[in-house]
Amino acid sequence: MAQVMMKDLNKKYDEVHAVKDVNLHIRDKEFVVLVGPSGCGKSTTLRMVAGLEEITGGEITIGDRIVNDLPPKDRDIAMVFQNYALYPHMTVYDNMAFGLKMRKFPKPEIAKRVQEAAEILGIQELLKRKPRQLSGGQRQRVAVGRAIVRHPQVFLFDEPLSNLDAKLRVQMRVELKRLHDRLETTAIYVTHDQVEAMTLGDRVVVMKDGWIQQVGEPLELYSKPANRFVAGFIGSPAMNFMEVAVAEANGALWLDTTGLRVKVPAPLAGRLGAYKGQRITLGIRPEDLHMATSNDPADYSFDAIVEVVEPLGSEILLDVKVGQSVIVARVDPTVRAKLNDKLRLALHPERVRIFDNKTELAI
Amino acid sequence: MKNPIAGGAGSAARVEVALPHSGAVRRRAFERLLENERLLAFALLTPTVVLLGAFIAYPFVMGVWFSLSDISVGQPAHFVGLKNFVKAWNDSIFRTAFWNTTVYTFWATIFKLALGMWLAIILNRHFRGKRLVRASMLLPFIIPTVLSTFAWRWMFDPTFSVLNWTLYKMGVIVTKLPFLSNGDWALWCAIAVNTWRGMPFFAITLLAGLQTINTDLHEAASLDGANGWKRFWHVTWPLLKPVTVVVVVFSIIQTFSDFQLIYVLTGGGPANSTHLLATYAYQIGVATGLLGEGAAISLFMLPVLFLVVWAQLRYLRKLEGA
Repeated sequence: MAQVMMKDLNKKYDEVHAVKDVNLHIRDKEFVVLVGPSGCGKSTTLRMVAGLEEITGGEITIGDRIVNDLPPKDRDIAMVFQNYALYPHMTVYDNMAFGLKMRKFPKPEIAKRVQEAAEILGIQELLKRKPRQLSGGQRQRVAVGRAIVRHPQVFLFDEPLSNLDAKLRVQMRVELKRLHDRLETTAIYVTHDQVEAMTLGDRVVVMKDGWIQQVGEPLELYSKPANRFVAGFIGSPAMNFMEVAVAEANGALWLDTTGLRVKVPAPLAGRLGAYKGQRITLGIRPEDLHMATSNDPADYSFDAIVEVVEPLGSEILLDVKVGQSVIVARVDPTVRAKLNDKLRLALHPERVRIFDNKTELAI
Repeated sequence: MKNPIAGGAGSAARVEVALPHSGAVRRRAFERLLENERLLAFALLTPTVVLLGAFIAYPFVMGVWFSLSDISVGQPAHFVGLKNFVKAWNDSIFRTAFWNTTVYTFWATIFKLALGMWLAIILNRHFRGKRLVRASMLLPFIIPTVLSTFAWRWMFDPTFSVLNWTLYKMGVIVTKLPFLSNGDWALWCAIAVNTWRGMPFFAITLLAGLQTINTDLHEAASLDGANGWKRFWHVTWPLLKPVTVVVVVFSIIQTFSDFQLIYVLTGGGPANSTHLLATYAYQIGVATGLLGEGAAISLFMLPVLFLVVWAQLRYLRKLEGA
């Protein structure tokens, strides 16, 4: 059990600055997910914690020890790799026991711990098999088992589910969550899948180009994205962005672009005052759009033309054209819309997000 | 109907036959022959079978026949049973040659494996100038053995040895070392040259094997608490075993039947003390002209090599089965 601190962490390769000034405090027993597109530095950060990459600058602390110069084996961590990294020539039992053997644990203790882990993961039947006789999901369980027999201070997961098929991934995701609740060990988990990040993490760290974009609880990232990147990355289908002008008319502020003119909701108006006459980016999540009814004030509704209809059963995604832009609306499955239909959509004024065009930060 | 010749006969009635050129007809007939798998297999295998038959099977059968006869250069052959084998067995030079071959093969293979593995592991890391090192490492393997062995012979030369000169100038020795003039020394010199020459083959093959081992395994092992040596012993070595077995067997076969190196370096001397089976067989069979006896000596290699190959196949099958 331990906290992990990263202070001004940097990683530079010859030409690439992969991780930039990362500061992160992971609390004891916390499950933190690093998420971002490929090349954002999330795996590199994890590997620096593991000791598999040298640290170019900054400091990593695990528990109360600075581990910068400690070899991986002395950091008291266990890692689950994307491709499982099981030793192909060893049985499942030996794979799980290897770390304990290397640390000279007595045999009965090893057997006890392996049995225990095998029970938790439901792989008792597989202990005598070799990895290549296992399915992807079973291999993943063994890889997790190899990590938990060690009772490490911190678990590191490097995209552990991305080699599994979609159905198994959902199942393993639930199992990992349950496992973490049971083991109560600090965990750092790297993924490029925002759904995994949202469902697993106590807190989620969104990274891009080596920088941390935002750290927060899943719903906080969803409802209060710090910048345009986080807003677009978290949530599926992604948030719609439209460039609009801020204009003043009839004593109120309006967001204005071809085909769309909505009144700035009161709480935002104060913050937008400085942007009068400038262009900003308006962000609306597909689920914050709905078919306009007579109850919706005209100030928050607009016309749209249907371009694509994607019925998903529980909901319908409509790709609609508004002025020059195409946006996605997530509407009730009872809506009957056809190609080229003209609709009237309305938005939840209190849920729109606005971003500075230059800094891309949320306003 | 694009293809009136190869097309089905059933539709022939409706076909307007536009006769193609006779060349095209022949080409199509030929293509059709190639579609016949049995014929194709025959065509592909024939050259190999002919070559193997003419240059391996025929000489081998003749060798066996010679070894059972009293043939010598210019004399017809008479069947003499196992006389040649018995004679060889009772010949002290033959016994020395057999022993030398065993020692030579054993130590040269061990050295080549150890050094080749070491080189392969070094080359599997990233460092500046790696390509240059990798390319230059192949040099001993590329230079014709006879040429490089000549160079070595000069370095070991009783009068002109650059090694003796260097050691003497450095004050390491006061008298010349008898590199090739002492039988024991000469055999070890031959082992050294063989190691130098054969190591690149080991290194390159093992390097290819190393590159198939996922680096994640090493990372996993280092997190599991294994240091460099333990990672090699528990991860690299077991995964490299199949490749290792194959190169070792290749090397044993080549080293056990080695000829050029000893022939150039010592010619079997001094006083027949460094003969290998191949060079002694050549000396008796070709230089002396006793073809039958020479054939018998060289055939002594057969059971040994057969055993080695058999053991290898068995071992590999076990590895695959496990």
